[in-house]
Amino acid sequence: MAKIHVNTTINGAPTEFLCDANQTLLDVLRDNLGLTGSKEGCGSGDCGACSVMVNGRLVCSCLVLAPEAQGMKIETIEGMAEGDKLHPLQKKFVEMAALQCGICTPGFLIASKALLEKYPNPTEDEVRYWLAGNLCRCTGYDKIVTAVLDVAAEMRESAR
Amino acid sequence: MSEVQYQSAKTVKEAVKMMQAAKGKGYILAGGTDLLVQMKSGARTPGVIVDVKKIPEMVSVAEKNGAFTIGAATPAAVLGENKKLRKAWPGVIEACNLIGSTQVQGRASAGGNLCNASPAADSVPALVAAGCIVNVAGPKGKRAVPVEKFCTGPGKTSLKPGEIVVSLTLPKRPKGSSDAYLRLIPRTEMDIAVVGVGVSLTMKGDTVTDARVGLGAVAPTVLLVEKAAKALIGSKLDDAALDAAADACSAACRPIDDKRGTIKYRTKIAGVLLKRSAMIARDRIHGIEHRGHRPV
Repeated sequence: MAKIHVNTTINGAPTEFLCDANQTLLDVLRDNLGLTGSKEGCGSGDCGACSVMVNGRLVCSCLVLAPEAQGMKIETIEGMAEGDKLHPLQKKFVEMAALQCGICTPGFLIASKALLEKYPNPTEDEVRYWLAGNLCRCTGYDKIVTAVLDVAAEMRESAR
Repeated sequence: MSEVQYQSAKTVKEAVKMMQAAKGKGYILAGGTDLLVQMKSGARTPGVIVDVKKIPEMVSVAEKNGAFTIGAATPAAVLGENKKLRKAWPGVIEACNLIGSTQVQGRASAGGNLCNASPAADSVPALVAAGCIVNVAGPKGKRAVPVEKFCTGPGKTSLKPGEIVVSLTLPKRPKGSSDAYLRLIPRTEMDIAVVGVGVSLTMKGDTVTDARVGLGAVAPTVLLVEKAAKALIGSKLDDAALDAAADACSAACRPIDDKRGTIKYRTKIAGVLLKRSAMIARDRIHGIEHRGHRPV
């Protein structure tokens, strides 16, 4: 079967790749393009470790077919820091130890960034529900939720 | 699975042709939140995947004379962001927005939820209560199906070969109408309904003048419970009317025992949720807001 040629934009850079019809976007990011920041946890949309933004919308890249990416704008964890300058969420996760093994962290960061861009002033309840599709087996979630709420407060303060 | 083909349709006509040409091996790709999981597990092995998200009418919401037509592949998150739709049909939208996580919401659609034909689909009891019409296109043209007649069993629909669901129409609301959907799950998020109940009410003052009740996860398909609606119509939602409607819901149940709930439990909860959903719909008619946990 001939490969499918896909043109897309990943983290602002025009990117093309060849894929099979049944490959997922996550497969292509990791295996074809070497962008291994997005993780495969469950492969069925339950754990959120593969979270990416597609056309400004938070999705699980394991539930997107690679050929669908034609013409789409994709943002992955690799595009979150600017060079050596970490995003405020990344900094806060490190400072507050909102991670242990780190497998879930890229997904949590992408999902938290999507939350704060849309809702800069979430309640704790809203943070927990927004992030319910991101599973973490280490932290017990509390440090993650606190980190997100802290960053939200700081970003609101600096936006004044 | 290695021989699977990916095709992207630009019009409904094209999608129907692709499905016809696939000779029963075609699968519609809307949000993919069911299909990709089923492909991975081997439960479904498509020959052709027909992506319908490039068809404008299938990924947008249109309002005409007070009726809303929702493109079958419109992501649930997009529905939730439509303020007019949310105001007219808060129960339908809260049901759609309960499907999966925030990530799943970015992809999953009401049309997909319906066509997956799970008895526990969250959007369907609310759509049944809403009196939703399913707009189908196929090789022989278009037809409209009342949503409660669309699914025929777990995983089975009344779609004929080559047919696809294009959109869902929610009828114009009379004044003094609202709706609500409640489901019970063992945890508070991201789980499959043990029972789901959708109620749509029209009231004049304190009196119910019209009602529809949809009941999910307690039978092979989502049920329209006319007896429960009858018990509510003409009442002021007093205890006697609510008890009678709850009993009608419990009586309609033909559930299974499984790890999420027993037959006895599901039968009882169906009545409890009917009462609570009806009260929320009533509150909404009277301007009292009820909202979920995700930010809006």
